[in-house]
Amino acid sequence: MQQVANMPVGEMGAKAPLFLAGRGLSKSYGAVKALSDTDFHLATGEVVGLIGHNGAGKSTLINVLAGVVARSGGIFEVLGRDAGDWSANLARENGLRCVFQELSLCPNLSATENTRLLHPALKGFGWKQRARKTIQSALDTVFPDSGIDVDRPVGELSLGERQMIEIARGFSVTDSPVRAIILDEPTSSLGAEATRQFLEQVSRASEDGISVILVTHRLGEILAVAHRVVTMKDGLVISDQFNDGLSRSELVAVMGDLEPETRERRDAVVRDVPVFSHSSGLGDHDIELHQGEIVGLAGLDGHGQRERLRAVFDAARVSGLPVAFVAGDRVSEGLFPLWSIRDNLTIRSLSALSRGGLVSNEAADRLTQSWFERLKVRAPGIATPLLSLSGGNQQKVLFARALASDARLIVLDDPMRGVDVGTKHEVYALIRNEAETGRSFLWYSTETEEFENCDRLHVFREGRSETILDGERIEPNAILEASFGGLYV
Amino acid sequence: MSALTRLAPWTYGFIAAVAILIIMMVASGVGSLGSVLSTALIFGAISVVVATGQMFVIATGPGNIDLSVPAVLTLSAYAAMTAAAASGGSALVGLVVALGTGMIAGTLNYGAILALRLPPIIATLAWSFVFQSVAFNFGGEATLKPPAALAAFTSFRLAGVQIMPICIMGLTAVAALTLTRGVWGRRALAVGQSEAAAHFAGIRVKRVRLVSYVLCGGAAGLAGYLLAGFTGGAALNMGDTYLMEAIAIVALGGTSIAGGQANAVGIWGAALFFNLMGTMLNTFQFQAGMRFIIMGALIIAIVAIVPKPKVR
Repeated sequence: MQQVANMPVGEMGAKAPLFLAGRGLSKSYGAVKALSDTDFHLATGEVVGLIGHNGAGKSTLINVLAGVVARSGGIFEVLGRDAGDWSANLARENGLRCVFQELSLCPNLSATENTRLLHPALKGFGWKQRARKTIQSALDTVFPDSGIDVDRPVGELSLGERQMIEIARGFSVTDSPVRAIILDEPTSSLGAEATRQFLEQVSRASEDGISVILVTHRLGEILAVAHRVVTMKDGLVISDQFNDGLSRSELVAVMGDLEPETRERRDAVVRDVPVFSHSSGLGDHDIELHQGEIVGLAGLDGHGQRERLRAVFDAARVSGLPVAFVAGDRVSEGLFPLWSIRDNLTIRSLSALSRGGLVSNEAADRLTQSWFERLKVRAPGIATPLLSLSGGNQQKVLFARALASDARLIVLDDPMRGVDVGTKHEVYALIRNEAETGRSFLWYSTETEEFENCDRLHVFREGRSETILDGERIEPNAILEASFGGLYV
Repeated sequence: MSALTRLAPWTYGFIAAVAILIIMMVASGVGSLGSVLSTALIFGAISVVVATGQMFVIATGPGNIDLSVPAVLTLSAYAAMTAAAASGGSALVGLVVALGTGMIAGTLNYGAILALRLPPIIATLAWSFVFQSVAFNFGGEATLKPPAALAAFTSFRLAGVQIMPICIMGLTAVAALTLTRGVWGRRALAVGQSEAAAHFAGIRVKRVRLVSYVLCGGAAGLAGYLLAGFTGGAALNMGDTYLMEAIAIVALGGTSIAGGQANAVGIWGAALFFNLMGTMLNTFQFQAGMRFIIMGALIIAIVAIVPKPKVR
C-alpha cells in the first residue's frame, strides 16, 4: 500500500497556498462510519483525482467539503481560516462550486433559469438576459459548438447535454470568482469529444488558479489531468500519490487491494443443458444458468446489472420456471410491513401449502418453524411482526422466503446490503449448500468480495455483459480490469 | 392503556350500533325495537354486500376504489328484472344475470385501469356514466317489478327470523375466511401492502387486482338484485346511497384505506350502525339537512376515536 499522505505537501503545494485543508474529518450515520479520521487538502490551482470503490466514502468526503453534509468531527480550514460550521451557502460564498453526479438541474426550467438558481446576483429587471449571457458564454468556453438551446426546459435535453450545462454552470461567473470546483462523475454521460473539451477546461482552470477535485471511475481522465491521486476505501484515505508517471494498473492495484480470502472452491459445475438461458437482444453475452451454478453479475454500479437481473427474473417467471427473488431493497421491494414473520415467509409458497384454495395453518407453521430455526432468526417466535426485527434478521426471513419455496432458480438483488458480517457469512454458506443440492443462483452484488462465492461472473459495462470470468479467474483485479476496460480516454 | 383503546378497530361499529339501539329503546320504548332492528338487518345486509365488494378492491392497495358501484347495482337490477320477466318470472335467471352483469362491469373497470393506465377513481367514474345510461335504456323512468319468488325470499321469515340477512352473514363468513386463509385473499393483502414486494414474491399483481374488481362488481350486482326484490323493483336512483356510505362502512369496519389490511366481519357492525342511525334520525324527525350534518359529524367522531391500524 502506498502511503504518502503524511509527506510534506510537495512541489505543487509548497509553492501554492492551500485552498482547503481538513484534519481528522469524520462522518457517522448512526453506527455506520462513512468517513473516519480522514486528512485531505487541496492547494490553489491543484487538480486532485479522488478514486475508490462504491461505498468507499468518496461521496461523503466531497459532501463534507462542499458543506452539504455536516461533519461529525475534525478540523476544517478554508483559505487558512477555520471554517467553523461550514454550509453549502458558505461554500458558495467562498467560491467553491459543485457539480454533482445526480444531476442537480431542475428539469422543468431552462438552462438560463437554472443558472439564476446558482447566482443570487442575477436579479431584478433583465435578469433573464444576463443569465442567458452568463450560461451561453460559459458553454461556449467549455463546450464550443455544443449547439445547446439554453431556453429549452432541461428535461427535454439529452442526459449528455444536461451534464454539459451542469458543468458549464459550475464554471460560470457573475459577481464572485470561482476558486475551487468539485466534480463528481462529470463525464459519465459525455461522449469522447465533449470529454476531451471538459478535460481541457479542467487544465485551463487549474492554470487560472482554480482548484479542482475530480471524482470519477474513469481512471484515464484522472491520469490525464490530475496532479495528485487520492484513493479511498472503507471511509479512509488509503493512498495519496503524486501523478508523476502513474499507470492505470498501479491505480487499479491500489483500489483492488482486497484481503485474500481462503475458501474452498466448490467442485466445478457440470455445464450441459442450462436450467435457464437469457438473451438481452443487445448482442452481448447470454446469461446461462446451469443446475447448481452460482452466477454473479458484476461491474461498476449502474451499468445495467440490476436491470438485467430483473429481466431474467421476469423472463424466468413467464417461462414457468419456479423462480424466487431476494430483494436487497427490503423496505420497498421485500417486506410486507403489516405482517408477521410467518405470513412474510410463506407468501411465496401459498400454493404448496394449500388444499382447495385454503392455506393449511399447520403446514404454514411447520414450514416457517423449520426455516426460522435453520437460519437462526433472532425473534421471540414466528408470529412476531417482521418490522420489529433488526435489518439482518429481516433479511434472513426474506432469504427463507425464497429458500423455503419450490424455486429452482433464486435471484439475489444485492441482498447483503446493510447486513452485518456474521450474518453475511452464515448466508454465504447457506447459498453454497443450496447450490450443492442443485439450485441455481443469479447474484447481483455491489461488494466485489462476494463474487468469490460464484462459479461464473458476468462483468457489465454500459448496460451489456461484456466479459465472462470463470472459476479461478474470478478475482478482484480481474473484475476491476473488466469493469474499467475501454472506459478511460 | 385503557380497556377502551385496546379494542380492535372493527368492534367500534358494533359498539356504536348497540349504543343507538339503547338510545332508541329509551326514547321510544322496547316495543318498537323489533321492527327497527328487522328493517336495519335487511337494509344493513344489502349495505354489507356492497361494502364487502368494495373492501376487496380497497384492500388491494392505495388508490384502488370502485366508484361505479351505484351504477353497476342499478344496471344489474334492471338487467336481472328484465331477464327474469322475459323468462317467465324465474328468480334464478335473474340472479345469474345480476351476478354476470356485475362481474362483466368489474372486468370492464379493471380493463380500463390497465389498458388506458387510468387512475381507478377516473376509470370507474367514467364507466359509471356508461352503466347508468345503459340502465336508463333498459327501462327508462319506469320501475321493473321483481319476480314473485325473489320478493318472497327477501322478506321470508322462519320462526320470526329473517332468512336473507342470515344468508348474507354466511357470505361474510366466506369473505372472512378468504382474507385469513384463502390463497387469493392472502395475495390480495400482500399486493395492498406493497405492489413491488408482491411482484418479487411471485404474485401476479394484475390478476389479483382483476379478481378484486370482478368480485366487487359481482357484489354490486347481487346487492341490486336483492334490493330490487325487497323494495318492489328496479329504479334508476336505487344505487345512489351506496357509494360514499359503502366506503365509510369499509373504513369504519376496520379496513385500511391505504390497503393491505381488511376486515369482513367489522363491516356488519358499521353497516348496522349506519342504518340504525338513519332510522333514529328519522324517528326523531330531523330535517334532511340536519340529518346529513349529524351523520357526518358522527362518522368523523367515530373514525377519530378508532385507533389507527399501524401502516408503515
